[in-house]
Parts: sequence; structure tokens; C-alpha cells
Amino acid sequence: MIDVKNLTKWYGSVPAVDDISFHVEKGQIVGFLGPNGAGKSTTLKVLTCFHPPTSGTATVAGHDVLDESLQVRRKIGYMPEAVPFYPEMRVGEFLKFRASLRDLRGKQRKIAIEHVAKRCWLSEPENMMRRPIGQLSRGYKQRVGLAEVMLHNPEVLVLDEPTIGLDPAQIRAMRDLIRGLGDDHTVILSSHILAEVEQTCSRLIIIAAGKIAAEGTADELRRRVLGPSRLIVELKGADDGEFISSIKAISNVRSVEATAAGNWTRLTVQADTNADPRSEVFALASQKGWQMRELRREIGSLEDFFVQITYEQNVLAGERAVASA
Amino acid sequence: MRKTLILARKELAGYFISPVAYVIGALFLLVSGVWFFHKIFIPGNEASLRPLFEAMAYMMVFAVPLITMRLLSEELRSGTVETLMTAPITDTEVIMGKFIGVMGFYAVLLAGTIVFLALMYAYGQPDSGVAVMGYLGMVLLGSSFVSVGLFTSALTKHQLVAAMISVTILAIFAIGMQEMVAYAPSPWNELASHVNAMTYFKDFARGMFDTRGLVFFLSTTGLFLFLSVKTLESRRWR
Repeated sequence: MIDVKNLTKWYGSVPAVDDISFHVEKGQIVGFLGPNGAGKSTTLKVLTCFHPPTSGTATVAGHDVLDESLQVRRKIGYMPEAVPFYPEMRVGEFLKFRASLRDLRGKQRKIAIEHVAKRCWLSEPENMMRRPIGQLSRGYKQRVGLAEVMLHNPEVLVLDEPTIGLDPAQIRAMRDLIRGLGDDHTVILSSHILAEVEQTCSRLIIIAAGKIAAEGTADELRRRVLGPSRLIVELKGADDGEFISSIKAISNVRSVEATAAGNWTRLTVQADTNADPRSEVFALASQKGWQMRELRREIGSLEDFFVQITYEQNVLAGERAVASA
Repeated sequence: MRKTLILARKELAGYFISPVAYVIGALFLLVSGVWFFHKIFIPGNEASLRPLFEAMAYMMVFAVPLITMRLLSEELRSGTVETLMTAPITDTEVIMGKFIGVMGFYAVLLAGTIVFLALMYAYGQPDSGVAVMGYLGMVLLGSSFVSVGLFTSALTKHQLVAAMISVTILAIFAIGMQEMVAYAPSPWNELASHVNAMTYFKDFARGMFDTRGLVFFLSTTGLFLFLSVKTLESRRWR
């Protein structure tokens, strides 16, 4: 659905996006994750034909963003960051205006507006459609923005920071809505909040300093972060040496370390990548009559990975600033 | 073309929501009203709107930039330009839509002055031909002024800057050139007389249909609309 090849974008003499390539299949919800200033919005702006690429190509639904810009724009719904509006327009008026720009008219337009209003919870308070957009709260503005991009039922939805500025309940609602869109739309959204992308998206693209740092499903990424899997076990009933030697005998286990935790022994078990010897450890403990108060597999957080990438970018940016100074 | 009209309608409707437009409209009608009753609507005076047309033309040097300044500057400032330009609408359609929208508002302003004409028909026998030519001249002058205002509005996201630049440009061609015709040395005054918007306009105000004026106003309109489209386009490349 979306195909980006060697895309590079410079703003004047500043590189914003540096030679990135990725592919998005139809029906996927892809999360663009990156620290502020990583090039997320720039990439989205190129995809939506707002900025042309400096070099490289991007195609959306089979149309090149540069050569067939109008076709691309017809197939895309784009909600920019901070969702800009004409504050003096009423919600209904605005939706009608945007629908007309999308070649919807008459009855078709009316149905489309009713449909998106319902879907984005705008039909609830009856006077909602008659309120000037400038008077709406942040959350409602965001809903209007989302309603607007869904008017023409586009094949591709591009949402730049869709949940920024929303309260927790609204964030959850927005998340559910976006997840629901994945059935018949291709969605690209950007965020600098990991938890959010992780929960909504089927695929993540982590971008830092204008380059793709990592790409894959959340699980794939997590595995990459973790390396070999790790168990934490706390046992009582034997001495450290016995614990270590018996657990080491389990296949897939690479190493075992013991530390004292009060009168319990805390063991850190390193296993092979993707291996999960929890059941074996439990069987062993029950067979030997050890007491167990903890047995868990350590899930490495993507958060750590993300923070690390962000940190690296900041270091890089710092070096660049020093170099150019 | 349809999208141009959709946008034009939105712009025109925008004027009737914004207080700025009402203030400008009221001021314009107030000043032209004072002018009319003070200079023209006097027993024994010639029943002609000509002095009023000339005064209105000078007022437009300041009024038009005030009504055009927000057209694109506001979109650039608030970021709505991003939603507008990622919709399936060409840059030319955007500019033409805005242009037609303002011309609509300009026509409403002018229509307000028809009251004066009606008063003259009630109390005298004004020359209808002169009145028609005068209004045609106002529309032509307006279209070239509006295109200048639209162009400067595309240049910056600051409305006031846009207004000041367009007042300057309009003042040069409407007032400055007249001074040059009067005071500049030989080749320059000749040159100035060809780009003096007011001479062309005054022919219309007198009731003359002058093709030189028609060509002058239409070509400047075309030029500045073209420049506006190019300026808008260039925003993508920066």
C-alpha cells in the first residue's frame, strides 16, 4: 500500500530524514515511533504530498507522491499534528466543506457526515455539530479532525500524533477507534509515546535522527532487545550450589547465578534465545521438594530499548552540534 | 472549477463571520457616505457619482489590503494550509477560490454604495452610462488590488506584514505614479503614466470605456494571481 524507497528530505541545509525505506501492507496499522525531531512528521508530510522528497521515492496506493500527487491525496486522509482548524467555522459546516473538497455531494455527503460523526462520537450532544470549532475542547477538536479524515473513507489514513493532548479516557477511546480502523484501512500513525503505539499498532517503525533504528512487530523488537531469555527464581530448601547444578542440568539453560534474598535464594537463569524453561524449573522444584515463592520470565521492556535509541540520538545530535560549531 | 467555487463560498462566508470585515465594511460605507453628502448630494450640483468613485478608489488602497491580508497568512499561521494542500485541490484552485471569494465580498461592499445612486435617481437625472462604467471600473480596479493583496498574503504568515506590503505596492501604483507623472523628469514621467492605475480608473469614472485600462487591470490581476500560485507552490519546496 505504501512503499518508501531511499527517502531523503532536507530542510535547507538540515537533514530531517536520511535515506529511509519501508513498506506497509494493506490493512496494517503501522506506528512511527521516535523521539521529538526524529523525522516522523517529515516522513508523513512527504507521504501526504505536503512536502516533496529531496531524493528517493514514495508511492501510496500505487501512485507516486510527486508525479501523481492529486491521486495520492484523493486516497489519503491526513490529520496533521496539532490538528489545525478554522476556528470560526461550525463543526457541521467544516465537515461539509471538507466533504465537498473530497467530491462528495448531496445525499452522499450527508450520509458520510452522519457516519463519521457517529463513529467519532460527535453526534452525542445534539448541538455538537452547530458549535464553532474554536470553542471546542482539545479532545473534541481531535475528534473533529479524525472525523474529517474519515469522510471520504480513504484507503490510507495518516495520523500525526493522534492522541497528543487527550485525557486518559479519550486516549483509550481513540486507541480503540484506530484499532477498529485497521479492518478496512491502512493506517500510519506517529507518536513519541511507546506504550501507545505498542497497543494499537501491528507493526512499529522506530525512527531516530532521520534513520530507521528498528522495525518489526512489538514482539520481534522485544526479542531483539532482550537477547537470550532470562528467568528469575526464588527458592528455599537447599544450598546455592545444589540449586545451581540442578538447574543448569535443564536443557536450554546457559548459566545460573545465585544471590541471597533473606533466607531465600534468588537465582537468575539465562536461557537460550526464545527458550522458556519455566515449567522445567517448576517440575524440578516440586520433585526436589523445594519451596518456591517466585518464578518469572523477565520481559525486557521496549521502553528501555526506546530510551536507549533516544539517548543515542541525543548524543549524536550533540556531537553534530559540536562538530558544526 | 467546482472546488474553486466551494472554496470561494467558504471564504465569502468567512467574511460574514469575521468582525474585521464588518468593521472595514462599516468604515468604508461611513466614509463614502460622508463624502457623498458633503461633496455630491448638494442642490444644484452635477448628478454624478464621479467624485465618489475617485474617493472610493483611493480608499481601496487601504481597505483592500485589510480584507485580503488574512486570506493565506492566516492559513499559514494556523497550519490549516497543511490540511488544505493535502486535500485533492490544486494550488491554482486554491488561489482562484480565494480570489473569487474576496471579489464576492468586495462586490457586497460596492453594492452598499448603490444607495447613493438610488438617492440621486430620486432627486435628479444621473447619467446611467457613467454609473455603469464607474462600477465596472471599480470592479476592474478591485480585481487588480485584490490580486496584489492575495499575493502579499501568500508571502508571509503575519497578516499585518502582508497588509503593509500590499498597501505599499498599491500606494506606489495608485498614488506614487501620479506624483511621478507630475514631477519626474522626462523619460520617467512618460513611463509612470503607463503604469498609473488611477489614470486608467479615472477614465472609467468619467464614463469612458477604455480598453487600455481594461488590459491594464486584467493583466495585473493575471500577473499577481500567477505570482500567488507560484508563491504557494514554492512553500512546498522550502
